[in-house]
Amino acid sequence: MAEFILEMRHIKKDFSGVKALDDVNLTIKKGEIHALCGENGAGKSTLMNVLSGVYPYGAYTGDIIYHDELCKFNNIRSSEKKGIVIIHQELALIPYLSIAENVFLGNEITPIKGIIDWDETERRARDVLSKVGLVNEDLSQMVNTLGVGKQQLIEIAKALAKKVELLILDEPTAALNDEESSILLNLMLTLKKQGITCIMISHKLNEVSRVADSITVIRDGRTIETIEKTDTEIEEDRIIKGMVGRELTNRYPERNSSIGNVVFEVKNWNVYNPIDQTRKVINNVSLKVRSGEVVGLAGLMGAGRTELAMSLFGKAYGKNISGEMLKNEEILHLNSIKDAINHKIAYVSEDRKKYGLVLQNDLKWNMTLASLGARFSKYGVIKENEEIHATEDYRKIINIKTNSIEQIVGSLSGGNQQKVVLAKWMLSEPEILLLDEPTRGIDVGAKYEIYTVINSLADTGKAVIVISSEMPELLGICDRIYVINDGEIAGEVQKEEFSQERIMKTIMTHIGREK
Amino acid sequence: MSNIPVNQKTVTIRNIPVEQKKLTMSNLKQYGMMLALFLIYAIFAFLSDGKNAAPMNINNLVMQNSYVVILSLGMLLCCLTANVDLSVGSVVAFCGAAAAIMVIDYHIAIPVTFAIVLAMGVLVGMWQGFFIAVLKVPPFIVTLANMLVFRGLTMVILNGQTKGPLPQGFTQVGAGYLPQVFIQVGGTKVELLALIAGILVSIVLILLEMRFRHNKIKHGFAVLPVWQSISKLVVVIAVLNFISVKLALYMGLPLVLLLMLILILIYSFITNNTVAGRQVYAVGGNVNAARLSGINTDKVMFWVYTNMGFLAGLAGIVLAARNASATPKAGDSFEMDAIAACYIGGAAVQGGSGTISGAVIGALIMGILNNGMSLIGWSVDIQRVVKGLVLLAAVTFDLYNKRKSS
Repeated sequence: MAEFILEMRHIKKDFSGVKALDDVNLTIKKGEIHALCGENGAGKSTLMNVLSGVYPYGAYTGDIIYHDELCKFNNIRSSEKKGIVIIHQELALIPYLSIAENVFLGNEITPIKGIIDWDETERRARDVLSKVGLVNEDLSQMVNTLGVGKQQLIEIAKALAKKVELLILDEPTAALNDEESSILLNLMLTLKKQGITCIMISHKLNEVSRVADSITVIRDGRTIETIEKTDTEIEEDRIIKGMVGRELTNRYPERNSSIGNVVFEVKNWNVYNPIDQTRKVINNVSLKVRSGEVVGLAGLMGAGRTELAMSLFGKAYGKNISGEMLKNEEILHLNSIKDAINHKIAYVSEDRKKYGLVLQNDLKWNMTLASLGARFSKYGVIKENEEIHATEDYRKIINIKTNSIEQIVGSLSGGNQQKVVLAKWMLSEPEILLLDEPTRGIDVGAKYEIYTVINSLADTGKAVIVISSEMPELLGICDRIYVINDGEIAGEVQKEEFSQERIMKTIMTHIGREK
Repeated sequence: MSNIPVNQKTVTIRNIPVEQKKLTMSNLKQYGMMLALFLIYAIFAFLSDGKNAAPMNINNLVMQNSYVVILSLGMLLCCLTANVDLSVGSVVAFCGAAAAIMVIDYHIAIPVTFAIVLAMGVLVGMWQGFFIAVLKVPPFIVTLANMLVFRGLTMVILNGQTKGPLPQGFTQVGAGYLPQVFIQVGGTKVELLALIAGILVSIVLILLEMRFRHNKIKHGFAVLPVWQSISKLVVVIAVLNFISVKLALYMGLPLVLLLMLILILIYSFITNNTVAGRQVYAVGGNVNAARLSGINTDKVMFWVYTNMGFLAGLAGIVLAARNASATPKAGDSFEMDAIAACYIGGAAVQGGSGTISGAVIGALIMGILNNGMSLIGWSVDIQRVVKGLVLLAAVTFDLYNKRKSS
């Protein structure tokens, strides 16, 4: 029997009467990668917060046994002292401090109390950074100049600097592209060889089944089961079954496309970076979307998909934009987001919290924000009753799980928040929808519901463009896919030829051509 | 579009009791502030042996606080965008000084002067709005700079001297009354129109509440339970008639009271019922989301500060009229009173939430504190200490409450 590094027994935690964890048991073997899976709101993050002392001893019931010792952590510091380090989904780096300063933040090297030894800091920072594969980095560089992928690696370096024994990663690859994710997952396997135990929370089941040695599934605040990896890899469908409590035979709703004429066309579209105006971000892109068609934009992170979509949305991004945009064969000149909305174009942002929602407002206000002027007011005065009726209807139509349209959006789960954003744009009655990562960070069940909404939008004759970093998702819901690389269209893939290999090959060929 | 198939999962049905409870809760928060207001008033009524309920004092309360109330209406909009305007005190002084100089030195007709000064206020607001919205300089810096600029300009145009006395046509705005009809009731002189106004407004309030309820029920929306509606009305009407009777026992209805009430109504309407108002809340709540929802966020910021300039100009006129002169030190620290009023009234420091009624109640709390402490003879220095502590306590309490509920 392998030695257990951690046992959590009968953990219970509630938030003002609402049970978040209800008798959770978790055992982690020394030196394994253990994945926690479950739908959003299942209690995974809460469990990890209990473990790392975010919720101090006494705020929960149950026992934490670490290295055969009962632990009573009062804060993060006390758990870190024992070698338990958590890396949250939202990275905790300070943007305007250097890499070296960030690596030793809260853990500064101070031979004389309170005074930092910078030489030693730099030496040791270089040491831990090389362990995560970051050699040749300028240590005095500010962290905000780095990409998310590198920032994630720096977070891990920061944990290593603390002599970590048990590393907890909450959705480590949520913001990473496939390539970066792969680097990170390999790093986890390397760390495992060095004897570091990992707990990872992830929605990306393909990654989980690739690296995890065992998987614990949590549902509604309870442990459902722990699946051990034997000789064969753990099947994704097996995990999903545990997560949703039923067999999810099809992850994508059936799609019977009825595709009409071209309604939206972009010709020779060029966009420059708004800060560095000599840099071309989008180069000569042309594309077409037909009514009732769902078109995917595939590509690696940083390929320019978001930039393309936002530049089409009333020049919300970019400078010196040139090219033609046609809707129903009519040339559009959009100079503001308002113009775009008036011409029935909608853009659902990839970051709902930052760009999609006013979190402190209720559902009603959020849902009508984009259509207030056009639909819910007369002479600038809001038609309150119509507003209530319409938002109430949409709450039901797309099944937002809440008691009331007066609920504050910030208190909803990710999937429901995403539905509110979708409802907002459906209320603006668009003909063309640009959906940027519409299912990022939400659970399998909510994803399915969002796919259904996308389907029904297309069924009513709308033209839908979907950007997604999850290739299976694009393959599952689209009628046609444009592959974008480095701001250019690298290729177009028809439904008959749909496969991940085909898309990756298109990207790789394009990268090869550049060199 | 509404024929999108509903997912197979069960749809939660509309939960009227829950909504009703929510309504009650949000109303209770408003009541809480009102209750604090009554409590403070009662304490000072006790400490001053009822002096603060004397007809003349009620009249003074209205007149003394009118400018802070007017300023806090505009300041609330600034607070909603998570900013403040530090220049209003100086702009009040500058506009008052300009008005006094125009009337006394240049003999410009009073209505013309008022029009010019209000336009000046708007221009000052646009000047600040230009830096904030177009050049993207943080409002804190822009208004801090203009606080110095306009205080300095006031000193310059007044040569450091007080300009006065202002003619009666001018002072009417700040110290005058609506037409008066006095009658004798058992040996006491009573102003009839104030009494009638109190009763008429009470009736209008009852009718409005009935119409509101009827309208909501017709659409099947949640409303407050009847007893709550009635008790709310009873309290409001009692306060209203208390004030109108006291005013009737003195000189009748002050002109500034009418001005203030009209402005409160207009700004409540703007924040609650118009697209423009909703846009201010959205910009304050999440400027990125607002922008991507088609709101011209720069335009919103520009008009918020332009509006503040207009109200500062108006307050400048009212203040000069009440003092019958313009002084270089006029309006000193008014910006702080107005900002404090907004935050005491529940506006969020991070922007995006707050109400006009809250700001008005906040301003009245500050006013009653000032007035009460003066009546019992506390020095101005102590008054500052108390006001500061009240602000600190109110905001701490509010933040604590929010954290607990979330």
